[in-house]
Amino acid sequence: MLMQSDQISDDAKTERTAPVLSLNRVTKTFPGVTALSEVSLELSAGKVMALVGENGAGKSTVVKVLTGIYQPDGGQIEIDGTPTRFPTAQDAGAAGVTAIHQETVLFDELSVAENIFLGHAPRGRFGLIDTAAMVENARDILSGIGAEIDPRTKLKELGIANKHLVAIARALSIDARVVIMDEPTAALSQKEIEELYELVEELKGQGKAILFISHKFDEIFRIADDYTVFRDGALVGRGAISDVSEAELVKMMVGRDVSQIFPDRDRNVREEILVVEGYEHPTEFADISFALRRGEILGFYGLVGAGRSEFMQALFGITRPSSGELTIDGKRAVIRSPADAVAHGIVYVPEDRGTQGAITALPIFQNVTLPSLGRTSRNGFLQLAEEFKLARDFTERLDLRAASLDTDVGNLSGGNQQKVVIAKWLATQPKVIILDEPTKGIDIGSKAAVHDFMAELAAQGLAVIMVSSEIPEVLGMSDRVIVMREGRIAVELSGDDLEPETLVRHAAGI
Amino acid sequence: MTDTTRAIPDRLQSPFQRRLKSWETLLLAIAVAIFIVNSFTSPYFLNAWNLSDMTFNFTEKAMIAFAMALLIIAGEIDLSVAAIIALASTAMGAAVQVGVGTPGLVLIGLGVGLLCGAFNGVLVTRMGLPSIVVTIGTMSLFRGISYIVLGDQAYSGYPSDFAFFGQGYVFWVISFEFVLFAIIALIYFVILHKTNFGRAVYAIGNNPVGAEFSGIRVARVKFILFLLTGLMSGVAAICLTSRLASTRPSIAVGWELEIVTMVVLGGVSILGGSGSIPGVVIAAFVMGLVTFGLGLLNVPGIVMSIVIGALLIGVIALPRLWERWRG
Amino acid sequence: MSKQGLMSREVLLAGAIGLLLVIIASRFPAFIAPSNLVNVFNDTAPLILLAIGQMIVILTRCIDLSVAANLALTGMVVAMINVAMPGLPVPVIVVISVVLGALLGMFNGILVWKLAIPPIVVTLGTMTIFRGTIFLLSEGKWVNAHEFSDPFKAFPRTELLGLPVMSWFAIAAVLLFSLVMARTTLGRAFYAVGGNPHAATYAGIDVGKTQFWAFTISGALAGLTGYLWVARFAVAFVDLAGGFELSVVAACVIGGVAIMGGIGTVFGAMLGALFLGIISNALPVVNISPFWQLAISGGAIIIAVALNAQANREKGRIILKRAEHAT
Repeated sequence: MLMQSDQISDDAKTERTAPVLSLNRVTKTFPGVTALSEVSLELSAGKVMALVGENGAGKSTVVKVLTGIYQPDGGQIEIDGTPTRFPTAQDAGAAGVTAIHQETVLFDELSVAENIFLGHAPRGRFGLIDTAAMVENARDILSGIGAEIDPRTKLKELGIANKHLVAIARALSIDARVVIMDEPTAALSQKEIEELYELVEELKGQGKAILFISHKFDEIFRIADDYTVFRDGALVGRGAISDVSEAELVKMMVGRDVSQIFPDRDRNVREEILVVEGYEHPTEFADISFALRRGEILGFYGLVGAGRSEFMQALFGITRPSSGELTIDGKRAVIRSPADAVAHGIVYVPEDRGTQGAITALPIFQNVTLPSLGRTSRNGFLQLAEEFKLARDFTERLDLRAASLDTDVGNLSGGNQQKVVIAKWLATQPKVIILDEPTKGIDIGSKAAVHDFMAELAAQGLAVIMVSSEIPEVLGMSDRVIVMREGRIAVELSGDDLEPETLVRHAAGI
Repeated sequence: MTDTTRAIPDRLQSPFQRRLKSWETLLLAIAVAIFIVNSFTSPYFLNAWNLSDMTFNFTEKAMIAFAMALLIIAGEIDLSVAAIIALASTAMGAAVQVGVGTPGLVLIGLGVGLLCGAFNGVLVTRMGLPSIVVTIGTMSLFRGISYIVLGDQAYSGYPSDFAFFGQGYVFWVISFEFVLFAIIALIYFVILHKTNFGRAVYAIGNNPVGAEFSGIRVARVKFILFLLTGLMSGVAAICLTSRLASTRPSIAVGWELEIVTMVVLGGVSILGGSGSIPGVVIAAFVMGLVTFGLGLLNVPGIVMSIVIGALLIGVIALPRLWERWRG
Repeated sequence: MSKQGLMSREVLLAGAIGLLLVIIASRFPAFIAPSNLVNVFNDTAPLILLAIGQMIVILTRCIDLSVAANLALTGMVVAMINVAMPGLPVPVIVVISVVLGALLGMFNGILVWKLAIPPIVVTLGTMTIFRGTIFLLSEGKWVNAHEFSDPFKAFPRTELLGLPVMSWFAIAAVLLFSLVMARTTLGRAFYAVGGNPHAATYAGIDVGKTQFWAFTISGALAGLTGYLWVARFAVAFVDLAGGFELSVVAACVIGGVAIMGGIGTVFGAMLGALFLGIISNALPVVNISPFWQLAISGGAIIIAVALNAQANREKGRIILKRAEHAT
């Protein structure tokens, strides 16, 4: 830890009103991972607290502890200085804590009004839900946040941005003292973001305490009063936003200077291996063309929902493009399934490790050999010795930490799970490897290992596509960067054009 | 990439150690206990011919149960198996009426089984429908066709050499059905535990999306599993029809639930992803022993179903209660 | 288009039922005579009652295969009570049947809630246990018409405003549960739990407890139907309503209830039940052998589930501006 937390809170107390809600040295562990280690957090009435940290720093875990989804293993939650517990989500709600979650956790088959009032709907005669009053109240709240949505429509009829507004309305429908906003602007347009800022100001004015979780520094500096920084599940700094610079925040988040993280690369770009021409999908992406060379790392940058993962999954055969052509190694290829893609030497390390990447209930060696069974087996019969050999080769190259190769992948940390997924694909001796947010949610140490390894793969002549939303990573690792916006290629950048501002400008379409 | 080879051991526990703590071991202990209790309570139990008769309680169901085990491990289910028996048996019965001989009957039985399995497989894997509903539907459809054909009639008059499948003995008390059961058990053991295909079945059951993303052709594997289940239902139809020497549309009614019970009792997770063939083999014996033992004591079959139902829930509930109680 | 999509399931089914009636009426006008339609509805009343309960259970991503066994067990218990105490007033019998059915449902629910045993396993087990228990209670004997008291038998057949009480129970249940589903917290929780269990937890809903209540309701309705069934047909025996659980699931599927949970209405379940009821009543009228019924309902299930899946198919993410003009 950079600073002693006691010291910080002493400083803080002198200038601040008593907190409404605070976490006091809260710890939360999962098998193999410490998600939170003695973290403290204080939220005050009428103030916006920005919670900052990289993916996997423990922000989401804090939200779950505050909303009664997780129970802390150590430390205390205090309301107005009184220790309390939230055994269920209901209890957190009753205590006036409400959250707008990252993924909108709502119900497609229920109406907008029901989504807003589920669990606390107004009651009429015989204790029945007063539907008319519920719809009226929902209409009020929605118009209060500038959302023109009919409360009687079913949620599944709405687009993603409107669903998000419904989530916000739900949070407001509870007479909350504490409002948690977990990346609330991720799916919103610029106009909607502005409206959200106004809303935050209004909530502040009403004396609500707000926890604002965001990746975007412009937002943080625009609306937050205070900040708290987490890194690897620990508190590393906090104070007033006016006393800190963006660079200082980044340094606290990352723990070292950004420029030092990435490996020096032997940039040795060779012949073209993959050519994509005119890939189109009815709803997800259009007009995607580019060429990839051996030994190259091609970055794909864009905002969340720009269509990058969707395009990669089409490349890997999960979805089918409506038109477009693909040439690999000079030969035209038609990819209808992941099995086809693997056969053509294209492999994909997905963002969602838990469901798409690894089969967590199977042991490490079986995960690694799964796509390579054709090589480790004889006439379709398993050869366990061969499997262990192959698994050992590749996991050791990636410096995997595990008790044994027979350990279930689910028992490994996020970083080690990612190494298993990468090992699985390297064992197939691919030509092109697509890495989708390869370091999302993994610890700094594993992150560096993955980066080093990517550099090594490129040096060995593999063609690497890296989808990443982290600008330092994109800039630090890529030879070229394609920026996507709304399902299309916005720009292709290389050399001196690779500047953070340029990326952000093209991604946002400013 | 580093020279420091930090050797990760292949395994911490030997496969033998693992097996010792397994479900199968517990189940085997139960089977042995029932066997001992039975041999004390009934003087007729320890008799080679009686024991041989006992095996008929489970051999036909178990043949289907092996294929069903693979299907359930892969996260699907087939409730139409008993109806496939009825349809296959009806088809064989109809063929007999026009003078088809034993080899033709066998081909018809297997063919109908395969066709029914393919029909289920197409609906589930091609159209993406939930297998539990599809097979509730085909269960009515297949047996319904038998009813349309037969109504309240029955087919009989099977050729005399056809009787061998359900009534023949290979050696002394060892029946043809028992030998077939053992061979099929062995084949499914090899398929599930020793081949790439079996590994794919486990992968799909644990995480179908992850399996697809790992380059496994999930739909194809599932389709083959439905085919196998249909085929085994055809095999069971041949044995059962041969044993009963007649076909009614109500043949094997309710078997689907007994077969699912056998599979779950054998330690296969109904949620998919885990289970073994030895477990199902032992479960088959346990169910056969319970039925037979109680039968010798003149306890009616319906009461045995209480025991089987309680076993089904108990074997899953007790370990969970025990864990709860320990904290 | 989407608004229509929401209505289409029930409207389509109601249309299909109307068409079915028109076709039948075109050749056999007597079938749609009011008195015959009342008969058809009355015959279908048990299926409607059970389908409502099953619909709620399926909404929460569970399944209750024990409903028919529950019905038979409760029916046998009230029959035996009636034989032992002929003077006991019918309303008391009705209350007993509902309470006993609810308790049996709670037993399912508690195993699903507290021990997290998969519902299909639990209800497969309790189904056989309930049936076996009937045998133990009755010693395998039937309770026959002459053993029942007259009020016991007469109650479901008593006519009120031209409809038998049995039908009124079904109508009352449809109205009551339509209200419960639309206007109570528990009713909305059923949809929430099935639609998105993860989000339900976030909204402060206890998923397991909600499932427990679904099983309780399903059990209570099965218990009530148990009395009505036994009284109407004036007979109780072990295999009463054997296999009926599958018709109940079929009614739900035909009525547009999604087996994956979260989608379904009381009205839809009722229409699904009526569809099956009309077919089974119409077959003898239009001179088709009743043996066709099973195959027809099987085909209907498969068609219905295929149509449901088509309607509920998830659309891909809409990213391109030209595909959706953002607000």
